[in-house]
Amino acid sequence: MDCSKVKVLIITGFGLNCEKETAAAFTSNGASAEQVHLNDLLNGKHRLDEYHILAFIGGFSFGDHLGAGTVFANRVKFNLRDQLEKFVADGKLIIGICNGFQTLTRLGLVPAVDGEYFKQQAALAHNDSGVFRDDWIHLTTNEDSPCVFTQGIKNIRMPIRHGEGKFVAEQDIIDKLEANNQVVFRYADANGKATDKFPMNPNGSLNSIAGICDPSGRIFGLMPHPEAFLSPYNAPDWTVSKLKGELPEKGEGSIIFENAVKFAAENLV
Amino acid sequence: MEYRIEISPLAKWRDSRGESVKSQIKDYLDIQVDKVMTRDVYTVSAGITPAEAEKIAAELANPVIQKGIVGESDVPGYEWLIVVGFKPGVTDNVGRSASEAVGDIIGRKLKRDEKVFSSVEYMICGGNLDHAKAHQVATSLANELIETVQILSHDEVKSGGVPLNLPRVTGFEGGKVREYDLEVSDDELMDISRKGILALTLDEMKVIQNYFRTASGRNEEGLKSCPTDVELEVLAQTWSEHCKHKIFDAIIDYEDENGAKERIVSCYKSFIKKSTHEIGEKDVDWLVSVFHDNAGVIAFNDKIDVVYKAETHNSPSALDPYGGAMTGIVGVNRDPMGTGQGAELLINVWGYCLGSPFSTPDKVPEGLLHPRRLRDGVHKGVIDGGNQSGIPYGLGWEYFDDRYCGKPLVYCGTVGILPKTVNGIKGSDKSIEPGDLIVMAGGRIGKDGIHGATFSSEELHQESPTQAVQIGDPITQKKMSDFIYEARNKGLYRFITDNGAGGLSSSIGEMAEKSGGCKMDLQKAPLKYAGLDPWEILVSEAQERMSFAVPVENIEEFKRLAAERDVEVTVMGEFTDNGKFHMTWGDKTVAYIDMEFMHDGLPRMQLKAKWQPPVFDEPELSNRDIAADVKAMMARLNICSDEYKARQYDHEVKGLSVIKPFVGKERDVVSDATVTMVEQLGSEGVILSCGILPRYSDVDTYHMMASIIDLAIRRVIAVGGKLGHIAGLDNFCWPDPVKSEKTPDGEYKLAQLVRANKALYEYTKAFKVPCISGKDSMKNDSTRGGKKISIPPTVLFSTIAKMEDVSKAVTLDAKFAGDLVYVIGTTRPELGGGEYYAMLDKTGNKVPQVDATYAQKIYAKVSAVTEAGLACSLHTPALGGLAVGFGKVAAGGRLGMDIDLNKIPSEGCASAAEILFSESNSRFIMTVSPANAERVAGLLGDIPFAEVGKVNNSGQLNMSGFGIDLNIPVSEIVLNYKKTLDGI
Repeated sequence: MDCSKVKVLIITGFGLNCEKETAAAFTSNGASAEQVHLNDLLNGKHRLDEYHILAFIGGFSFGDHLGAGTVFANRVKFNLRDQLEKFVADGKLIIGICNGFQTLTRLGLVPAVDGEYFKQQAALAHNDSGVFRDDWIHLTTNEDSPCVFTQGIKNIRMPIRHGEGKFVAEQDIIDKLEANNQVVFRYADANGKATDKFPMNPNGSLNSIAGICDPSGRIFGLMPHPEAFLSPYNAPDWTVSKLKGELPEKGEGSIIFENAVKFAAENLV
Repeated sequence: MEYRIEISPLAKWRDSRGESVKSQIKDYLDIQVDKVMTRDVYTVSAGITPAEAEKIAAELANPVIQKGIVGESDVPGYEWLIVVGFKPGVTDNVGRSASEAVGDIIGRKLKRDEKVFSSVEYMICGGNLDHAKAHQVATSLANELIETVQILSHDEVKSGGVPLNLPRVTGFEGGKVREYDLEVSDDELMDISRKGILALTLDEMKVIQNYFRTASGRNEEGLKSCPTDVELEVLAQTWSEHCKHKIFDAIIDYEDENGAKERIVSCYKSFIKKSTHEIGEKDVDWLVSVFHDNAGVIAFNDKIDVVYKAETHNSPSALDPYGGAMTGIVGVNRDPMGTGQGAELLINVWGYCLGSPFSTPDKVPEGLLHPRRLRDGVHKGVIDGGNQSGIPYGLGWEYFDDRYCGKPLVYCGTVGILPKTVNGIKGSDKSIEPGDLIVMAGGRIGKDGIHGATFSSEELHQESPTQAVQIGDPITQKKMSDFIYEARNKGLYRFITDNGAGGLSSSIGEMAEKSGGCKMDLQKAPLKYAGLDPWEILVSEAQERMSFAVPVENIEEFKRLAAERDVEVTVMGEFTDNGKFHMTWGDKTVAYIDMEFMHDGLPRMQLKAKWQPPVFDEPELSNRDIAADVKAMMARLNICSDEYKARQYDHEVKGLSVIKPFVGKERDVVSDATVTMVEQLGSEGVILSCGILPRYSDVDTYHMMASIIDLAIRRVIAVGGKLGHIAGLDNFCWPDPVKSEKTPDGEYKLAQLVRANKALYEYTKAFKVPCISGKDSMKNDSTRGGKKISIPPTVLFSTIAKMEDVSKAVTLDAKFAGDLVYVIGTTRPELGGGEYYAMLDKTGNKVPQVDATYAQKIYAKVSAVTEAGLACSLHTPALGGLAVGFGKVAAGGRLGMDIDLNKIPSEGCASAAEILFSESNSRFIMTVSPANAERVAGLLGDIPFAEVGKVNNSGQLNMSGFGIDLNIPVSEIVLNYKKTLDGI
């Protein structure tokens, strides 16, 4: 398995801002990552088919004006749709984090229940609190989910940082998401039990949903930021772990990217 | 054709914005309404078809949670509809993003004269509001300096609909230049200065008058022997207190309480610069670029240098807290961005001095906002500015005192990293050759922010100009910064600087000093709307702009790259070496000033300062209920947690955070300092900390300054840092210290300034912590409503330290029951100016002092303990002394502690209150595993320290000795610490 042949595309520009840590997340797991300005895809300098993994990163594309992800998703939808359809059809991997998740829902790439890609079925609404929040949260994984990115993860912690992260959808969509195991991550308490209590569930998401995937498990969207927990020294309690001699070698978020890179190396290169 | 696109939340989902507004109406106005519904409106004025408009409405709405229509929907159940839009010419960021989206949807970019205007509509249900009350609600939703408000009853909406929101700028001619006849009386000269908001004194006006009588070369350029408005404005900006720091540069005759006299020629040069210079000569080898660029630069490792700058944005924030504070943060971001070849932005810091959010209305000067609303706006502005720029905050604090009701202080700072070399030249270098092109990039110029520099050089008075307010656009700036780093790495420019106070007049004026002159055509400037006069273009402080010197051979590539990144760049002229600041309007010269006069023609001020130590009452300390006092202290505004607001700032973006602003088991106790890696997965980091103690100034600014320097340094030590690679920033905010009719106590206030400077020199030098950049803001008074309010002399001392190995960092929370508690450093009865006395409504006299030699010895030993990994927790007490310190250590770990007050090293303390609440400097609380006790004692050696107790599992903070025996539940400490500003 040669991870170095895995090519990751990180789209930047227009107020997106997590390009460096997202690139580090992939490169520290052996892949090569390229940060490409959206305009360089629109003007044809780069094409999606050069890559195996596509990351829609966090940030404030267009300032979150008109709703998070709206303007950016529109630009992608009206200009890159053909390339994106092919990328999905080729079974390549897509991850959308925070603003990227909002963009994925606006594009209709997740949840794509019943295989209806490019139709919006879910949304990330304003947090119930009405304000942006930065905190560390616990997540519990649906181990039956087909999500490629979260294989082998049970409980995991990472930071959240958003004002529009409340997962909402019509009941029939939620029911299907649950039935198909497309719910990947739920906000949980410190013991790994899903919860709808603030601040553990920081935004009031329905069914405590923090991350979902498409039916194939190859497209993954989540509000929390695994790329901000690559180093063990990012953890809010690392000083305690260190004194106890329990400090791990890597930050907990790294495995999500490791899973993706390994899958791509085995299946897509 | 105009279309109203209306986006409403679907009724089945919660309208969070509506609910927030409902509680805000309750909080600000004490009016209870039943419900508030909201919707967004985009008024599109463009050549598009009705079918396209329908498509736009459908695409802009998020179909799961919103409905988009063209036109106006009829909503039942409300009484009042309030429309908030922007005034003509005010930056409408949302409208701008909307026009980008509209362009994508209809498949073509909108033309310049095609616009989208955004507005928000609030529908108020219940509460029995009459029109007057509805108007009150409306004004609480908008800032009428920049926004328009319409109030319509439901019946009015039903019969006439909501008028279209089309705030176009129309009817200006622009391009006019007038001349000022300065051959007039002194009174008339001052009249010209006042009416023009030039903030020039009579002496300065006379120097200008004299210059234009004899200035050469004017005839040839078609100018007379009197200045144009362009010229007078340029001089006013360049010579403003804000830009020229006249008071810090003044000649001061200082007399102390014993009548000893001395003459100080420039506080800045005699104290601040001198200390840095001397430290750089003798003690440290890591100063790279100090004082002369937009931010200070220090060496970090063999790949990068670190850049740091902090500023204040007080006057704009007083008038428009949101816009003023946002431009504060995105403005200071441009300083590192414009330092050397352009630094990348790493961390933001913020801090605010405000009136209490619980102030009674009589404390608030006429026409200014209540501190609660002001605070909300300031936070929101910096939150939006910082978050949208993708920069984490690494330090944030608030300090409350009634004297900030007249003028809030809004500090914003930014750390950046600069490559050691870029394209073969030093990253910190910059140069300009004659013939290089003057290029402006970023936002367009409007009337916003005109006279920001001169207006902030005056006190806030009734006629303070509303146009001085600017609105930031973080996304335009983010796009520009992304472009800058690409252009930098390709070596496309020789020089970069930001356009801040004074706009182009300052940035180009300063750049032109490098080559020896400039010639620029103001007609080429990209404008937001037609109708600006040349002087307005030159001094406008419209945001998100940088200026460059681009070699002619690179200009095409520079322009091409900018176009690819959606950044507007304009060639405005060229740098010359003829010694002239030469502005034209097309072919016509409108300003022609000798560079030498512009920069060196300002006469130095001569001022007097006289020091007389004040004497205050001492409080009665016997018979205090110490347990109740400890709890009350935890809840005090200057000590309690402001987590509710702080968590609205992103502090994890970039994935570099190691010691966070909030620490402890539940992540809810404010950390002494923060540690941030400089690159992802790296081991090296920077420590950020600061000190601010304005009430110490009431006793003596000398000890205030010594204490904040010590505090900022010992906070570095408290998170595991070391002496040796710590740099400082000084930000002075003062009340007007120039004696006049308005300021009869000017000589005392100036003496306070001198004393603070003397301490700065002595202590930065003693600690070998050089200031690398600084700023001052000298007129922080309000005379509104006939009442003068002056801030206490306030200095923020910020430090940045290198940390070789972030894994050595320590947090303040107690970790394990059974650990030993040490107190390091001596406690003296130093409560003057402290928080305990403030609670007792007294000032006292014994302000904490600093012995730098003794302090450094302590810091070296404490660092040896953290370096060896033997400190389980470490905290340095500040406001509220050891009582608050023990409280925070216990609360952080959610663990109890037993403390024997008799064991605390002390001198001269007679009571438990003195031991517990003294704010003596240079002290620490450390917890240590019993297994390591001997090694720790060995490392601490002969400095004053003692084992004073143990961490326990009881959930109680138990303190005994000096006649008390207290058991305070840690849960109550936590509760008190968190309740004051919970949800506020």
